Amino acid sequence: MSSKYRSPNLDRRSFVKIMTSVLGSVMAAIVGLPMIQYFISPALNISVGDDWVSLGPLENYPLDIPTQFAFTLSRINGWEKSSQSYGAFVLRKTDKDVLVFSDVCTHLSCRVSWDNETEKYFCPCHAAFFDKNGEVISGPPPRPLDQYEIKLEEGQLFIHLQEG
Amino acid sequence: MAQSIFTWLDERLGLTEIYNTVLDRKVPKVNWWFTLGSASLFLGLLQGITGMLLSVYYVPTPDHAYDSITFIMTGVQFGWLIRGVHHWGASLLILSAFIHMLRVFFYGAYKYPREFTWITGVVLLIGALGMGFTGYLLPWNQRSYWATTVGTEIAGTVPVVGDFLLRVLRGGTDLSAVTLSRFFSLHIWIIPALIIATVSTHLYLVIRLGISHIPEKDS
Repeated sequence: MSSKYRSPNLDRRSFVKIMTSVLGSVMAAIVGLPMIQYFISPALNISVGDDWVSLGPLENYPLDIPTQFAFTLSRINGWEKSSQSYGAFVLRKTDKDVLVFSDVCTHLSCRVSWDNETEKYFCPCHAAFFDKNGEVISGPPPRPLDQYEIKLEEGQLFIHLQEG
Repeated sequence: MAQSIFTWLDERLGLTEIYNTVLDRKVPKVNWWFTLGSASLFLGLLQGITGMLLSVYYVPTPDHAYDSITFIMTGVQFGWLIRGVHHWGASLLILSAFIHMLRVFFYGAYKYPREFTWITGVVLLIGALGMGFTGYLLPWNQRSYWATTVGTEIAGTVPVVGDFLLRVLRGGTDLSAVTLSRFFSLHIWIIPALIIATVSTHLYLVIRLGISHIPEKDS
């Protein structure tokens, strides 16, 4: 090849090297990115739940004793429709003053249960205790038990279930 | 006859050379602690074989996972044995790999030129723990369900990307059929592929560099 066709900055070998790596990267991305997207895509579909769930007449709940209300809601994950169980603890302090706690431990999402004798919520996974008002007594939870937003309509207790 | 077949193959495949390089290589005078790498490899192979056998009956769906394992335990001859070996072998493998690492650490065998062998070993430990984590969900009983709830929540505590990681692991917000099938895929395809590649590198390095001798006492 005559020298007048030669670039002073880039010889043929370097050009081929650069083009191979550029095209190779583009092809790897075309093949690889859909694979990554394929794997993570269920994580990007955030299913949003927003319901008011009835917990029945408020008068059913005894005064000053946390009482469990369990219910299930059907949820769709991928191809599967399944019922997800929920637990709420209703603490009726006075006739009108009601607190409803989620039974999901604020540490790592195991379920807490109320023990009437010791008057504590207990999480079996990592031995966490919460008091009647949901405050952490001991164990690893970073914050008190979560509370549901509530409303009262004609003596019926509702909680606001938000997810996603 | 057998001799002539062997000679024919050996000339073409270099079997004697492979044998000499891999198994007849020179080693310093060592002790029983040096057997733990081989023990881990053997346990890993055993996990592979018993795992393949379990996959003959196991079905990774919420409807059938638990029942298919009950069937393995009660309806299949020696099912209890295959699953038992897989179950206990998993714990033994972690134990032997960990003691293997302690030996390498306390003998200083990770030092030059074997740093990269150590790095591949660390990757293998993480891979083995990943196998343990994903395998734990597969029986789909209460213990698996809550262990995975807790395990994925731990991933969720990572700053900034935690929530995303949690949803990638679960394949959504909830722990569901999607979680079970992706853990199964990770357990039998993705992590094993990673482990096989890393074990190969690890063994290549052991053969290439040889093993280090027991450190001498300070004089």
